[in-house]
Amino acid sequence: MRRVAVSLLLLVTLMLALANWVAPFPYARQFRDAPDAPPSRHFLLGTDALGRDRLSRMLYGARISLLLAPGAALVSGGLALAVGLLAGCLGRRVERAVTVAADLCLSLPWLFALLAIRAVLPLNASATASALSTFGLLGLLGWAGPCRIILVAVKRHLGSDFVLLARASGCSAGRLAAVHLIPNLLPLARAQFLVTVPAFLLAEANLGLLGLGIPEPVPSWGGMLRELENLPGAVAHPWICAPALLLMIVISSFHLLVSADKDRV
Amino acid sequence: MRYAGPILLALLGSLNLGAQWGGELRFCLRSEPKSFHPALADSDAPETIRYLTGGVLLRVNRINQQLEPELATSWKIENGGKAVVFHLRQGVSFSDGTPFTADDVAYTMQVLLDPNLHSPTGDTFQSGEGAVQAVVRGKYEVAIVFPQPVAGVLRLFDQVAVMSRTSPLKERAVLGPFRIAEHKPGSYILLARNPNYWKTEGGKRLPYLDAVRLEIQPNRELELLRFRRGQVHLISSLDPDQFEQLAGEDRASVKDAGPALDAEMIWFNLSDSAPIEAYRKAWFRSRNFRLAVSHAIRRDDLCRVIYRGHAQPGVGPVSPANLFWFNPHLKPHAFDLDAARKLLAADGFRSEGGSLRDREGHAVEFSLVTSAGNRARERIAAMVQQDLAGLGIKLNIVTLDFPSLIERIGKSFQYEACLLGTVNVDLDPNGQMNVWLSSSANHQWNPNQKQPATPWEAEIDRFMRLQASTIDAHRRKALFDRVQQLAWDEAPFVYLVHRNALVAVARSVRNAEPSVLRPQVLWNVDRLWIEPSK
Repeated sequence: MRRVAVSLLLLVTLMLALANWVAPFPYARQFRDAPDAPPSRHFLLGTDALGRDRLSRMLYGARISLLLAPGAALVSGGLALAVGLLAGCLGRRVERAVTVAADLCLSLPWLFALLAIRAVLPLNASATASALSTFGLLGLLGWAGPCRIILVAVKRHLGSDFVLLARASGCSAGRLAAVHLIPNLLPLARAQFLVTVPAFLLAEANLGLLGLGIPEPVPSWGGMLRELENLPGAVAHPWICAPALLLMIVISSFHLLVSADKDRV
Repeated sequence: MRYAGPILLALLGSLNLGAQWGGELRFCLRSEPKSFHPALADSDAPETIRYLTGGVLLRVNRINQQLEPELATSWKIENGGKAVVFHLRQGVSFSDGTPFTADDVAYTMQVLLDPNLHSPTGDTFQSGEGAVQAVVRGKYEVAIVFPQPVAGVLRLFDQVAVMSRTSPLKERAVLGPFRIAEHKPGSYILLARNPNYWKTEGGKRLPYLDAVRLEIQPNRELELLRFRRGQVHLISSLDPDQFEQLAGEDRASVKDAGPALDAEMIWFNLSDSAPIEAYRKAWFRSRNFRLAVSHAIRRDDLCRVIYRGHAQPGVGPVSPANLFWFNPHLKPHAFDLDAARKLLAADGFRSEGGSLRDREGHAVEFSLVTSAGNRARERIAAMVQQDLAGLGIKLNIVTLDFPSLIERIGKSFQYEACLLGTVNVDLDPNGQMNVWLSSSANHQWNPNQKQPATPWEAEIDRFMRLQASTIDAHRRKALFDRVQQLAWDEAPFVYLVHRNALVAVARSVRNAEPSVLRPQVLWNVDRLWIEPSK
């Protein structure tokens, strides 16, 4: 299963990396004489409502999401690791404070928090800056869940024999964290990363579905999935489901990787 | 003899022969009415209920847009426009049998104008200092007296559902074709035929229908699904995609009634207090810049691509659907990049490496805010973005949730340009006073001005005030034509499109003659009938 998932992700990543060469047209180009065109030799996946080539938009949109979602997952994972380590090592008061902060963060209706934060961002930010800020916000707001899991692991490790031995040998706190704790936390952080990436991909898709994701003309998965709001249209024109299919493949691959990791453990 | 068949059919149609009595008409309301009180109707749902249940003195015919007598058989304007005298229909009763007299009209006006009620309909009668009074001159004669002459006042009576002074049912006693029979909050409102409705057909009291069931359904896709299944009979205000889908399945079930009164437009923030760099404010205040933007937009493409041909290029504040008030001498600003470049060059703008720069060398780039979730507007913004790129202007599109958008355009003024639409329900230009007067809070591009900021805004103020105090309709029209001309010349609003009124009506509903004016299909509800399924 792991091989299948890795192969699929590699294949998708390769395709997206080569978007500049593979995509037949610039993603923003509007062929106004051919809106909602069905698949043809010119437009392999047809065009959207503004006559933009769906294949090109899908490749660029997926590339942006697949580049930025792991970036955001690294941010949230890094934050979670740092905060979890500090909370585990600095005593019960800090641990309690972090737990309360994480609980508060998890109980936030974060979709509304994202909307509120987004509403105060500068208006003249470019579409790229806007995409970066959307995923940046996701990364900053997504630390709480992984942090709680890492905190539990830190506490378990702190009570283990190898940490006791290190402490007895006079190991400093910094060295303890860097040499003994972090390497043992990495598999868990990796699993959290693999869980968080698809969550962020879906979060961007949800924002896009509400029309609050990455702004025009930059394509995004969420923006493209809005075509599926009209179910009878999707049944009559199944090619508009291509972005949804690609999203499902990518998310399933990440989940398969997590499952495969679990089986190995 | 070869023409006998069609002629016979036409005759049958005109006489409405074969009409079936009975049946239930079903359609969806997109929100729950906050109140059933006819004086408090302030949005589409309560206004629809008021239209179906309320009896009015005069009605605007939704097809020819002329005033027609209803509960008033005749009327007369007296005292230089300060009074309107109505002669009332005799022998009419409310739905509970209470007789209708001039006292009821006086009582209705008293309720409407009660300052404690805050009636939106009553507010439209308050044109200045002094009280509006209803004077009963006889059992079937009443005069409405205004402190000063009010132009276009007769049309306001289309919104005034007469209430009974004496009925124990209060406002539930009605004079319209239907009465409220049942209400299940969040689910449906059932209207039953008014057994005392005054209109007749062939000696029988109208309406043809026994009942109207209004189902509360905010989801447009579910509404469409229910129409497809035959669970509802009609849909008003279809979007173009839905219209085309239904047309593909059954062309006869949909109708494009032509351009509606609504418009989509862009405006620039010209407010003094706007936190925008001075050089950007200078662009937006330049008439040439605004006109150049207007000339760079391909309106025909907007109509064809986004609205699937079910829209007309935007001209000005009045849609061509408004038969009397539209200024026919005005045409939409034509797509003309050369003209746009000349206008910009006159203000010192120049093109440099594909980018437009102002006199001081600033690259011309600005943001356009619009409401998130409105597909048509998001698409318009994307097309305008590409069109303006043709001039070297970089447009950044920002979609905001509606409360944030309103906060920015109405309070903090933290925006540069905005794309939104107007929903016009009133044919009369007095309905637009709050937009055009420079002192108004709804003067979107620069609200709440103490003094008009520009000579042309002062001119618009003057013409709007003058037309509001002029009784002669043709003189008013000439004055409002000047306002439309100024709006066209100065382009404070860059009008984009007037979308068409698109409706779906089941084949079984007969006599349906959809109008561009609200309530579109329901305007002749007392004469609609349903053909029983075979």
